[in-house]
Amino acid sequence: MLMRALWTPWKRTLASLALATGLAAALAPAAGAQTLRFGLMEDPDALDPTLARTFSGRMVFAALCDKLVDIDAKLNIVPQLATSWAWSDDQKSLTLKIRDGVLFQDGEKLDAEAVKFNLERHLKMQGSQRRGEISAIDTVEVVDPLTVKINLKTPFAPLLAQFTDRAGMMVSPKAAQALGEKFATAPVCAGPFKFVERVAQDRIVVEAFDKYWNKDNIFLKRIEFKVIPDTTVRLTNLRSGQLDLLERLAPTDLPQVQGDSKLKVGNAYELGYQTLLINLSKDNPLAKNAKVREALELSLDREALNQVVYNGEFLPGNQWVSPKNPNYVAEFPIPKRDVAKAKALLKEAGVTGPIPVNFTIFSDNLSQQSAQVIQAMAKEAGFDLKIQATDFGTALNLADSGGYDLMLYNWSGRPDPDGNTYNFLASKAPLNYPRYNSEKADAALIAERQTNDPAARKAAWKDLAANVLTDRPLIYLFHRKLLWAYSTKLTGFGDYPDGLVRFTGLKLN
Amino acid sequence: MLRFFLKRLTTIIPTVILASMIIFALQQLLPGDPAIAISGEEKDPEVIAFIREKYHLNDPLPVRYAYWIGGVLQGDMGESIRLQQPVAQLIVSKFPVTLQLAVMAMAIALLIGVPLGVLSAVYNGKAMDYAANILALWGLSTPNFWLGIMLILLFSVQLGWLPASGYVPPTENLWENLRAMILPAFVLGNSIAAVMMRHTRAAMLQVLSSDYVRTARAKGLSPRAVIIRHCLRNASVPVITLGALEFGALLSGALLTEQVFSIPGFGKLMVDAVFNRDYAVVQGVVLCTATTYILLNLLADLAYFLVNPKLRRS
Repeated sequence: MLMRALWTPWKRTLASLALATGLAAALAPAAGAQTLRFGLMEDPDALDPTLARTFSGRMVFAALCDKLVDIDAKLNIVPQLATSWAWSDDQKSLTLKIRDGVLFQDGEKLDAEAVKFNLERHLKMQGSQRRGEISAIDTVEVVDPLTVKINLKTPFAPLLAQFTDRAGMMVSPKAAQALGEKFATAPVCAGPFKFVERVAQDRIVVEAFDKYWNKDNIFLKRIEFKVIPDTTVRLTNLRSGQLDLLERLAPTDLPQVQGDSKLKVGNAYELGYQTLLINLSKDNPLAKNAKVREALELSLDREALNQVVYNGEFLPGNQWVSPKNPNYVAEFPIPKRDVAKAKALLKEAGVTGPIPVNFTIFSDNLSQQSAQVIQAMAKEAGFDLKIQATDFGTALNLADSGGYDLMLYNWSGRPDPDGNTYNFLASKAPLNYPRYNSEKADAALIAERQTNDPAARKAAWKDLAANVLTDRPLIYLFHRKLLWAYSTKLTGFGDYPDGLVRFTGLKLN
Repeated sequence: MLRFFLKRLTTIIPTVILASMIIFALQQLLPGDPAIAISGEEKDPEVIAFIREKYHLNDPLPVRYAYWIGGVLQGDMGESIRLQQPVAQLIVSKFPVTLQLAVMAMAIALLIGVPLGVLSAVYNGKAMDYAANILALWGLSTPNFWLGIMLILLFSVQLGWLPASGYVPPTENLWENLRAMILPAFVLGNSIAAVMMRHTRAAMLQVLSSDYVRTARAKGLSPRAVIIRHCLRNASVPVITLGALEFGALLSGALLTEQVFSIPGFGKLMVDAVFNRDYAVVQGVVLCTATTYILLNLLADLAYFLVNPKLRRS
């Protein structure tokens, strides 16, 4: 009797819950046609091309902001807002022709004045993240309404490649002046989609801009970027139809996606790399003796590491660009694992006993697995790596202050190899975490910056490789594969090596 | 009662001030420089210097505390370094989400935990008791993130009844909001229900063996009246304490559940802020949850008065 007395109201609740769930199923609305729901791994930072720092922010910019130039799938620089360009003979000025008839999303005209405003904003705005990328610019001249001439302080060959990313994104001068440093709250650019709303850590919504210069090739009406950090959860959302596309699929989830007939995979090798940083300012055998560093490299089997930790999906490498990149220096191939030679080198260097090395890594799963494999391999040659996993912020601080011996680090990469080398290898460059100081390497880095001649630049990369790959301030390990998973309803998806999605031509069927 | 209330209120203010100091000091113990953490891949020294200047990171600790607490007293909790939004605005936008999740989870926990606890005590040693205990053990031993993913796989991927994750504000679409919140609320409520059930059962067992219950039965009161009016009311004091503590914990954000279901609540805000060394956000959120926790404890104390007349007289 008591049972029944207590059960009766409870039963009613349960029944109504069941009813509610059933109704929910019946009423679940289908997502609007041509609304792309895109799962991002992290919440972008400020949506202002001058201030933005994160990779996920670039995903959103790909919809919001067109750039002066773009790269194609083969890394060639192709026109976007600028239709053509020419370098002066002394390599100290670049003249750009601007596309006619382009409007910003607030209806303002994009002309040479607007380009000048934007480049000066990148250079002068407080907290600008772009200043370093284009600091070679001295002045920007408006030649005529559709022509700008950029004068440089010194020749700087990578400039055009910088314009394929945020430094080349143009924002509406009117909106930028009106909003000042709050521009990111309502960004106005000249891209195919205009900003609608943003809910921090949840979603960013954009919708098609009806006066976009290339609107005939834009088929999506709306894009909802949803922030879902966990890779498993992101995939679950795709499988349940809550998302149409997701970025950074985990390599271990690849078989699951390939086994699902409703899903497809897109991939491209990243422009960046995973590397070991070696702190050369430390007073230990690894820092003091290049033979010890060579021994460490020879103890590693990059292919085995790739197979064990990354399902064989990544690409082993030994340089700042991947072996598939046209700028790879073929004279310096990936060294094969050779434990006997590694031991002999250590003997030559006069180092005995296990060499203790503190090995700092980021505390994510894949880094930890990689570190354990590296630790086991290095042990066979005579290294005793002590793994210290720490969060990203702390690791960066250690890298910056020199408080590490060896660190597993990754760089997202830039289309021009200069973006993968100069800041890490030039003496006193801001990212020179290994404290590498080589006159020859510096000379090679200056040489590659000073010319646009492909042959001369190739020679400079070879010089740089000859020094860096023997001094070993970094031991490059491999290049990650960027993986996207998407619904088969989505067509027109192309794989780009910068890891960004091009929304032009994308269609939901 | 009013005197008690006022007395408790006077202890709350110093507690909150002390909490604010501890929050601020602990935050500074975190290794890692916020300017470096957020200065982007390029680490432009000029950008780092600008961030340090803008957010007073070069000033000594007491000066920074003074800046912060001075702002808080005027309703300005600072600005998020990463999101470049006022912290107060972030908290105001996340709090309703977490509050709704907490209320729904608590309701589910109470609806499952209390009746099961009562039944299990009343049918002590019988099949019902064992069944309830097994359920409680299940609730306690299933990790939230696992249960969350399993429920998503069942209800979203297989059956397609509910959205896998995401959040819709109730003001925008109440129905969609409930659909999105029911699974996470159940996951959170499930583990709390188990604890509730155990506490209710223990308290009920104690009360059931007391003299006044025997008297009530001897008077010929119906079993329902005895259980609900006499036993449950007396057994509810420990359950209220537990409820307040659990509710406080829920309000500080249920990190794993929020991650699994992509719910933009406090937990997510907080963890992102810690990793990005977004000091102002961490301080703001912790201060807010600490204050809520303290207030909830006060409310629990007041609730004792309502259920137990003896306390009112003393």
